[in-house]
Amino acid sequence: MSENIIEVRGLRTQFGRHVVHDGLDLNLRRGEILGVVGGSGTGKSVLLRTIVGLNQPRAGTVRVFGQDVGALAGPAREALERRWGVMFQGGALFSSLTVRENVEVPLNAVPDLAPEVRQGLAELKVSMAGLPWNANDKYPSDLSGGMKKRAGLARALALDPEILFLDEPTAGLDPIGADAFDRLIVELRDALNLSVFLVTHDLDTLHACCDRIAVLAEKKVLVSGTMAEMLQVDHPWVHEYFHGPRARAAMTTGRAKE
Amino acid sequence: MASHPPDPRLVATVADDALRLEGELTVWTLGQLPPEVEKAQRLDLSGLSRIDTAAAWYLTGRKREGVQLDGLTEAQARLLETVQQAWPQPETEPARPSGWHQLLERTGRRVAAFMVYMREIAEYLGRFLAALARGIRHPGDFRLTSLVWHCQETGLRAVPIVALMSFLIGVVLAFQGAVQLRQLGAEIFVIDLIAISILRELGILLTAIIVAGRTASALTASIGSMKMNEEIDAMRTLGLNPDMVLILPRVLALVITLPILGLISNISGLIGGALMSWIELGISPSTFRYRLLAETSVDHVIVGISKAPIFALIIGVIGCHAGMRVGKDAESLGAETSRAVVNAIFAVIVADALFSIFFAEVGL
Repeated sequence: MSENIIEVRGLRTQFGRHVVHDGLDLNLRRGEILGVVGGSGTGKSVLLRTIVGLNQPRAGTVRVFGQDVGALAGPAREALERRWGVMFQGGALFSSLTVRENVEVPLNAVPDLAPEVRQGLAELKVSMAGLPWNANDKYPSDLSGGMKKRAGLARALALDPEILFLDEPTAGLDPIGADAFDRLIVELRDALNLSVFLVTHDLDTLHACCDRIAVLAEKKVLVSGTMAEMLQVDHPWVHEYFHGPRARAAMTTGRAKE
Repeated sequence: MASHPPDPRLVATVADDALRLEGELTVWTLGQLPPEVEKAQRLDLSGLSRIDTAAAWYLTGRKREGVQLDGLTEAQARLLETVQQAWPQPETEPARPSGWHQLLERTGRRVAAFMVYMREIAEYLGRFLAALARGIRHPGDFRLTSLVWHCQETGLRAVPIVALMSFLIGVVLAFQGAVQLRQLGAEIFVIDLIAISILRELGILLTAIIVAGRTASALTASIGSMKMNEEIDAMRTLGLNPDMVLILPRVLALVITLPILGLISNISGLIGGALMSWIELGISPSTFRYRLLAETSVDHVIVGISKAPIFALIIGVIGCHAGMRVGKDAESLGAETSRAVVNAIFAVIVADALFSIFFAEVGL
């Protein structure tokens, strides 16, 4: 497979005396969808936040596109941030703006872009994220949880990023909505040539869209590999996770779909 | 392509009847398109090294206008196809009425919303009274600890600010009254001025305004954050009545403590007035006391304090109602809190005006 677009090496994160990650290594390859799983409190979301620079790691390096995220500042940092898009768990939409205006926020950074072009692009992204036309003028408080996530995705995609970070994209969605979201992620990856870093709890999502899976446990990435490789791992937690009753159900539906 | 060149480049050249684009056509270079592009009927795109969805959006738009697109690679054509499929489908919106019609509609909506608001306030007053009746009939359901705690929060904690404010108001009244009355040689009447205005109106009104600002916002915020957290729904499912648990202790605490605060306010206002009279006019405290007792009817105190429980009910009911109206988002919490304070202060002043008319008619 191709080059590593994100390389995390020897990462150590801690809050006070509580160590979340210690000596964590992780790669994201170009064009793949990487699913990051782990029990509650293993720092999946913290890892995402550290990679995009919202948390300062104690030690270790995070390299995105070969550049050290921690060492960048100013315009170089902004240029890097435009090459990734982040969708937070609840959508994290700006509550005083409509959906269209939310998606226009990143587009405002583009110099000499005509307002009608900006509006047209925002509407296209909203539509690509699978929202109906009339969602454009709605405020976040009028949207359901699933629609907020889609609007958050539209905003993350506004500048055509190369990497997409998704935090629990299907948590709190009904099975039909979650299924549609899974398919949307794969479609967008294929159409826009994205690399996706996906934090999830959802075994169906892992089956439906992830090329590779990284398991966070014992403060580091315990194993990473394809679904088939995960099933062979002989660690008690990993075995329990991928062989439990829910996992079996997800596997059979996953096979049925194929 | 590990990293981009610092400035993405786009070159447009006219060849024959076609316009040839070279370089990167992305959201960053879309604004650099020369005006000739609008006129070209054929676009040669074989020189494009990279396009993104913004470019695909633009090109799809041109294609719909009948412009011919040449030289797209297979991947680029696929991207255009994806964008084509996701093309936003506008829906026709119903035409909006304009002018007078809209003004009338808006006014009507405001009036209707006001009526609904008044009905809801009446409903909450009824819920409080029902909870009170239930508390009297079944003392076991009554939450004494909660009541005491809220008395401390809304009453005891408000004593310093209420006392200080009234003291200063007394000082101001004495000072201003002295300046005016000295011209007439009627300095001694400053005592009547202070006594009547503080005991009858200002003491209790200003206390109610301060408590409205302090407590109405606190009530809305505490009940509203519980509402946001679905705690109130959880209470209902557990068989707890929010009226008994939340509204009764809070409003009852206000009804108990506001008259006490009003009394404290009266006393400290009189002290402030007496002090300033002594300093400014040389009226000794014993003269002040003598004239206060001899000339000022106790009716003024009764009139003043009798308003306090009504003000307390207004503040408590408006605050609790606003808290219950908070929705799921933090924004509504902030909006309801400020609305509760404004409404409570406004309602207190309106009620005070009505009381004035009432007492004037009764002859007190």
